[in-house]
Amino acid sequence: MNLNSDSARATLPDRAEQAARLIRATKWDEFIIENAVRLSGMSAILIIGLIFFFLLREGAPTFLDIPLRQLGGSRWYPIEGLWGLAPLLYGSILVTLGATVIAVPLGLTTAVYLGEFAPAWQRELFKPLIELLAGIPSIVLGFLGWVTLAPLVMRLGAPTGLTAFTGSLLLAYMALPTIISITEDALYAVPREYRDGALALGATQWQMVWRVALPAARSGIVIAIMLGIGRAIGETMAVMMVTGNAANIPELGLGAFFQPVRTMTATIAAEMGEVAQGSMHYHVLFGVGIVLFLITFAINSLATKLVGAGGRRRGGGML
Amino acid sequence: MRRQQTNLIARWLITAVAALVIVPIFLVIGFIFYNGVGALSWEFLTQPPRQGMTQGGIAPAILGTIFLTLGTAIAAIPLGIGAAIYLAEYAGDNRLTRAIRLAIVNLAGIPSIVYGLFGLGMFVLFLDYGTSILAGSLTLGLMTLPVVISTAEEAILAVPREFRVVSLSLGATRWQTIRHQVLPHALPGIITGVILGLGRAAGETAPILFTVAAFYLPDLPRSIFDQTMALPYHLYVISTQVPGMPLSLQYGTALVLMLIVLSMTIVATIIRTAMRRRREW
Repeated sequence: MNLNSDSARATLPDRAEQAARLIRATKWDEFIIENAVRLSGMSAILIIGLIFFFLLREGAPTFLDIPLRQLGGSRWYPIEGLWGLAPLLYGSILVTLGATVIAVPLGLTTAVYLGEFAPAWQRELFKPLIELLAGIPSIVLGFLGWVTLAPLVMRLGAPTGLTAFTGSLLLAYMALPTIISITEDALYAVPREYRDGALALGATQWQMVWRVALPAARSGIVIAIMLGIGRAIGETMAVMMVTGNAANIPELGLGAFFQPVRTMTATIAAEMGEVAQGSMHYHVLFGVGIVLFLITFAINSLATKLVGAGGRRRGGGML
Repeated sequence: MRRQQTNLIARWLITAVAALVIVPIFLVIGFIFYNGVGALSWEFLTQPPRQGMTQGGIAPAILGTIFLTLGTAIAAIPLGIGAAIYLAEYAGDNRLTRAIRLAIVNLAGIPSIVYGLFGLGMFVLFLDYGTSILAGSLTLGLMTLPVVISTAEEAILAVPREFRVVSLSLGATRWQTIRHQVLPHALPGIITGVILGLGRAAGETAPILFTVAAFYLPDLPRSIFDQTMALPYHLYVISTQVPGMPLSLQYGTALVLMLIVLSMTIVATIIRTAMRRRREW
């Protein structure tokens, strides 16, 4: 507060008045800024509300005008007015399941390697590299899958290279960075005493990792897997390019992975450009969006719950 | 001893699996580089597509992606940093804060195509912006928001408590403390987060499909209410929608997109590393 020399000569009540005015001005500033900042914080809630509202606004007719029995049907033929969502759900689940089966063991093992076994220089080099993988646009990976992976899969004996399996492979690589980095954080958070204790008792490094570190990091690993699944189920462009986009339900069994499928995300992306606004097809595509929104919302909320309310606080919070 | 052998085998297996994950990253980047670098030329980078896009360059798509990234920055940065300041410095441990955090986690998890639907429903149709740079930037901006918020909050929380204690004890107000003590020290971390978020937005296709992207538009946009081409969508179009497209042009486009996005990621990583080295605490 710079009470200048003028104010020094002023009478005591004047100075008090001046100081009070200054404080009031500062308070007013603080008041405005505090509220602006609070509003931007609350905007996150507003935005998620808006997203849900607009999905509902455009998608509600799906659930109001089409009987549920039809929505559960196994035929998706928009031209004939058949809106069975089952093949799309099936496609999304199959591709995501395949990706999870591939990505989880690879991701956990890589995280264990980076966190427990790798020498420091490799850690320094590979961690940013994995971030780089997360940064490669999905359309670029989709393009690569389309020109290189699909022909390879076809050579494996599938009738076409554009199959659920091809999609799973690509998705697995896209989910890997999420799984690796969260698992690694979880391993890192395991107290040093646990490791030292195990090693001091004569455990080998592998025994220590398998019996002590991994179990201690359990909840973090579960979260890593869940968020990886969430990432995979919402992926659009890469999946659209390599899964063949056939909305059918193949017979169950391992062979199902080597047939074309069509996911919910790909359906929206491929068909929204061609529908008339306000038509039933348009509304149903928003309906599919609602289903996707609810699935990912459930996964993420559950993961948040697992993290627990005990947030990490360091410097901030103003005392 | 058996368990020593197990240990050795486990080590080997784990290393092999990690290699299975890490080596393909080099392969993917190297493969696109190898196949795409031949297509790069001055003409490719500065000319519009010609002959049904089978010749010429990708300049309108590159510029479109730059416009969209700038728009995303304008939409996401102020709101994102504001929210981060609130969460790190003002928010108490109460129900509202938990709700905000839950909302942010979920915003980060919403599929990009759903953001596209939302952008179509709200910006393109309800607010009547049409398919335009404005609608696309706002959609991408909201999608980028959670990345900006969480990285900026991390950066703010990493500033030691003592800085605040001293500032407050000297009579500075809360906001003065944040403005003059906390934010300057958190800035490199915030910039890192912003660049990472923007890099991701620049490479996204699904959110711009229905909100801004044009199939073929050789002229540059004149205002934020115009459509524009964009690199990710252009790559999608020329690799799946245009028959007889020379493969070299496809690889070239993929390479340019990858270079733009990766260079942003690399810059962000470098800032972060430099900051860690130079940190005063």
